[in-house]
Amino acid sequence: MTDSLRGPRTFDRKIVLEAVRHAILKLDPRTQLRNPVMFAVYLGSMLTTVLWFRSLAAPSGESSAFILSVSIWLWFTVLFANFAEALAEGQGKAQADSLRKSRTQVTAHRIVERQAGTTVDVPAPELVIDDLVVVSAGEVVPADGEVVEGAASVDESAITGESAPVVRESGGDRSAVTGGTRVISDRLIIRVTTLPGKSFLDRMIAMVEGAKRQKTPNEIALAILLAALTLVFLLVVATLPAYSRYSVDASGQGATITITVLVALFVCLAPTTIGALLSAIGIAGMNRLSRSNVIAMSGRAVEAAGDVDVLLLDKTGTITLGNRQATRFLPVDGVSEYELAEAAQFASMADETPEGRSIAVLAKNRFGLRGHELQGTVHEFVPFSANTRMSGVNRDGQVVRKGAADAVEAHLRQLGGTMPEALKGVVREIARSGGTPLVVSRNDQALGVIELKDIVKGGIKERFSELRRMGIKTVMITGDNPLTAAAIAAEAGVDDFLAEATPEAKLALIRDYQKGGRLVAMTGDGTNDAPALAQADVAVAMNTGTQAAKEAGNMVDLDSNPTKLIEIVNIGKQLLMTRGALTTFSIANDVAKYFAILPAAFAATYPVLKSLDLMRLSSPASAILSAVIFNALIIIALVPLALKGVSYRPVGAAQLLRDNLLVYGLGGLIVPFVGIKAIDLMLSLFL
Amino acid sequence: MNMFDWLQLILYVGALGACVRPLGAFMARIYEGRPPRFIGFTRPIERLIYRLARVEETTEMDWRQYSASLLVFSVLGTLVVYGLQRLQAFLPLDPEGLSAVSPDSSFNTAVSFATNTNWQGYGGESTMSYLTQMLGLTVQNFVSAASGMAVLVALIRGFTRHTAATIGNFWVDLTRGTLYVLLPLSFVLALALVSQGVVQTFSAYPEATLLEATTAPDGTIIATQKVAVGPAASQVAIKQLGTNGGGFFNANSAHPLENPTPLSNFLQVLAILLIPAALCATFGEMIGDRRQGRALLAAMAIIFAAMLALALYTECRGNPALNDLGLDQSAGNMEGKEVRFGSANSALWAVVTTAASNGSVNAMHDSFAPLGGLAAMWLMQLGEVVFGGVGSGLYGMIAFALIAVFISGLMVGRTPEYLGKKIGAFEMKMASLVVLLPCATVLVGTALAVGLPQGRAGVANPGPHGFSEVLYAFSSASNNNGSAFAGLSANTPFYNGTLGLAMLIGRFGVMVPILAIAGSLAAKKHVPSGAGTLPTHTPLFVFLLVSVVVVVGALSFFPALALGPIVEHLMLPA
Repeated sequence: MTDSLRGPRTFDRKIVLEAVRHAILKLDPRTQLRNPVMFAVYLGSMLTTVLWFRSLAAPSGESSAFILSVSIWLWFTVLFANFAEALAEGQGKAQADSLRKSRTQVTAHRIVERQAGTTVDVPAPELVIDDLVVVSAGEVVPADGEVVEGAASVDESAITGESAPVVRESGGDRSAVTGGTRVISDRLIIRVTTLPGKSFLDRMIAMVEGAKRQKTPNEIALAILLAALTLVFLLVVATLPAYSRYSVDASGQGATITITVLVALFVCLAPTTIGALLSAIGIAGMNRLSRSNVIAMSGRAVEAAGDVDVLLLDKTGTITLGNRQATRFLPVDGVSEYELAEAAQFASMADETPEGRSIAVLAKNRFGLRGHELQGTVHEFVPFSANTRMSGVNRDGQVVRKGAADAVEAHLRQLGGTMPEALKGVVREIARSGGTPLVVSRNDQALGVIELKDIVKGGIKERFSELRRMGIKTVMITGDNPLTAAAIAAEAGVDDFLAEATPEAKLALIRDYQKGGRLVAMTGDGTNDAPALAQADVAVAMNTGTQAAKEAGNMVDLDSNPTKLIEIVNIGKQLLMTRGALTTFSIANDVAKYFAILPAAFAATYPVLKSLDLMRLSSPASAILSAVIFNALIIIALVPLALKGVSYRPVGAAQLLRDNLLVYGLGGLIVPFVGIKAIDLMLSLFL
Repeated sequence: MNMFDWLQLILYVGALGACVRPLGAFMARIYEGRPPRFIGFTRPIERLIYRLARVEETTEMDWRQYSASLLVFSVLGTLVVYGLQRLQAFLPLDPEGLSAVSPDSSFNTAVSFATNTNWQGYGGESTMSYLTQMLGLTVQNFVSAASGMAVLVALIRGFTRHTAATIGNFWVDLTRGTLYVLLPLSFVLALALVSQGVVQTFSAYPEATLLEATTAPDGTIIATQKVAVGPAASQVAIKQLGTNGGGFFNANSAHPLENPTPLSNFLQVLAILLIPAALCATFGEMIGDRRQGRALLAAMAIIFAAMLALALYTECRGNPALNDLGLDQSAGNMEGKEVRFGSANSALWAVVTTAASNGSVNAMHDSFAPLGGLAAMWLMQLGEVVFGGVGSGLYGMIAFALIAVFISGLMVGRTPEYLGKKIGAFEMKMASLVVLLPCATVLVGTALAVGLPQGRAGVANPGPHGFSEVLYAFSSASNNNGSAFAGLSANTPFYNGTLGLAMLIGRFGVMVPILAIAGSLAAKKHVPSGAGTLPTHTPLFVFLLVSVVVVVGALSFFPALALGPIVEHLMLPA
């Protein structure tokens, strides 16, 4: 991922200006009604505005300037909340635009005139059903379709997880090809049967823009808790005039608490900090996801990602490198390893497949063998084909071949040779331990075997142990036999594996985990993954995958990088943590606000209550105003945190809670004491 | 505090602690339907009750049926108690010829006993016939306590069950709690109390000759006094064990025939916290993780210890207002306290009785120092979750635990779960109601009382102390405690009505949402815990739970407390 693909910065000038404009537009009561906490503040702002007008018309004991100041800062509180949401939305829009641009596109060679063989290059999304396209070796199949001409070996590892290439040919039941797979040899003409995912992806990107954002279950639960708290404080404030009047009657001094002070107290106590930032946090979570080039179908899926207990990972491409690599030369008796390596490299000279190249690399590393001098010799390359399942070279009368054991055996027999029994044993041994044996022959003699093996990706083991610390179990899914699977699973350090995985087995595994109450995440891209993707709680489809897979999943990874799941889990956790941290902060803030406002409101009635004014604020009016201003400013101050998210570290839950409680709980207790005092000092310069 | 006060305290905590585990395990077995052998002889009685009541023991109820049964049962109980009071003059066992109780007082008392509040606007010995006391009040003492325990057990089943539709059978839980737990314990305690001199008789009030005759205000000489007696011991036992608290006599456990000796005092104050504390262990047993029960018990104990320390400090240091008079205050603040108990024992009782939603008193809370009164008042305002009522205290605490889990779950980046159950919007809605309703009732009730002339009329002490009296009354009623700051004339249609309403809201407005949570949890899958799950048995979680309870309580009541006990305290000479 390059930097240009990353989203805009948090405070891009254009986005900020746009957000300011939207903050004002969002004062529409219909918009405000969606957030009960802020709606209460909104009503409070209106009420104080009315009180200010009334105080101008008929002066009461309370100064108009005080009412006006409180009113203005209440309006700011509402505007700041609107601004936070608008800023997150603006970022989402910018993000969606950059996604549209950066989306990788496959170019298709569409056939204009089949007889003449003329083609025209068009972007894959512009293909329509029944278009004919040519796909040559090394190219990606642009869309799901049916082979109408030719036979070729196709690398479907990205989809099926099976690393060995498969043969696709016209006619019969091997004629279907899948978009996103890669043709390795030969050339195919394909008739497009399914529309590539243009409209689908665009639909999803539109969702990122937040136009149809729905509240997630967890957000709803939190909103209920916040509404309940708001209600408690509403009751506290609503019953206070009666208490105040009684106290004034009892003590014979002071005046009943005014509505302005009540509104100010209510707004300060209500969980406005989290209430104002709640929707911004949700949108920002989606944005962070799309910034890592993942498009989520719903916020629900992002949230679920934080809860995932089990990760199902395809072996190929996720845990191992996409293709097998040569790891050993095993010569037959009487042939040196050097001789075998030389012949193997020789046979692979024209083999541009990753396996072929890996043989050349191994030969070079083991014996320093470079490419042979080809000048002046008569040579003829025999490329791999789906029919012969061998490749090699004819030179100076020498026939060098490498290929699958049975293919080479047939070839030897043709030349009058035989396969030594010992070699057959080695072949079986390699196959049993999970490798792929390739037999190398020269003329009618078998020289030995090249062992191809899956190579576990560097650093993957550390990722898995990190996941384990997060409490997530990893399960490797592979089409390999159990022995091979076990060997790779042990090497990669996954917790469990599913070998010889069929779509049904995958689906059953997911259901099994879910029945045990676990949340399952998986990645997939093949049509045969679709049922499992639909069943999984968090299903990330690869962008290179088939339409069916993308429809079944609830996220699409534009980079088609299966390890992205780990990042997605982090983002999900961050989202929840940010909500939790700001809720704690918001509630902890109330303590200081009480100590600011209560003495200010009641010291005239009971002068002894002045001793509760721990901050020694300059005057009652300044105390109340300082609390209100602090309450508004803290929203703006926390916008970057809301958008960026509280950082997640893969440590145990208890440790995380302790740290966050310390920062946001204790911090939330102390910060307002300092903040309110500072604002009060500044205000006292003006008042 | 002297050494004996400390010893007494240590003895109390030790005795209580020793009982928690065995009694808790015993109750778990009872509610799981496998009573230990030593009590198995009552099994035929249990079966007979079911046969007579036509209850199918194995038929289970969903949460709606469970709630409906509970409500119907409570309404019927209320009506019976109301009827007994109104008709007592025509019924037997009324040797003193006490007349019918007024409709508003009867309503208040009926509701009060059916809701396990036992707020008393009346004086027992001058109002209630023996029949009303026994058949009305004592019966409710048993069954209202058993109802609270039943709701708790239903909630626990919500946690233990996995995708289930039902949460148990109310009638069965009610029967088992009464028959196996409350009756045997009460029987033993009643006998012990009788041995200490608590009366138990059907005879009429005897007449005693005074040692020294006194003169009444109108000039008549009084040489004899009627001594109120009655079947007290049997009622006092369950009054403490069932966290009811309604006294047989007006002076409650300050009365020498209701609580005569230091030993009877010790047994009673132990009985108050016995079942609420042991139920934490029952909870741990039933969910199969004792640490969870211990964590909740620890959370309760921490708040309890803090409030006890406050009350002991204010009551044992004496009254600062008297310092200048040169009085010996070494006995502490003795106003309104019984000399045979002293300051420390009275402070202990006050904190115990308000921590548990018991409400019986052995001293007058009205005469406590302002902060001592605050400790008692605030323990009720916390929602009666620090031990609380039998059953009700723990289910209230579990509602707070759900909120604590929710906030902390968010902070560790997972959808919150408690004991393997995910906490969703529905649970939050119901838990919010559980916390919100009693709070709202206290605040609104107090506002009405201090705002309306009918309410202000009952206030005896003007100023902040009068405010405290009203606040205390509504805190007590809304949280089903039942203790009173004396000084408020509450036997008026206004207070009988509003407080009665407050008791109903505080009881059933909490029980029904709790049962709804039970139903919803039972239907959910059980999520196995992993490294990402927040452990809920650790000191950290206990700290968080205590913080949530304290913060919610403080934020809701700080203004009210500031205008009552806090300002009163600040007005005291230093």
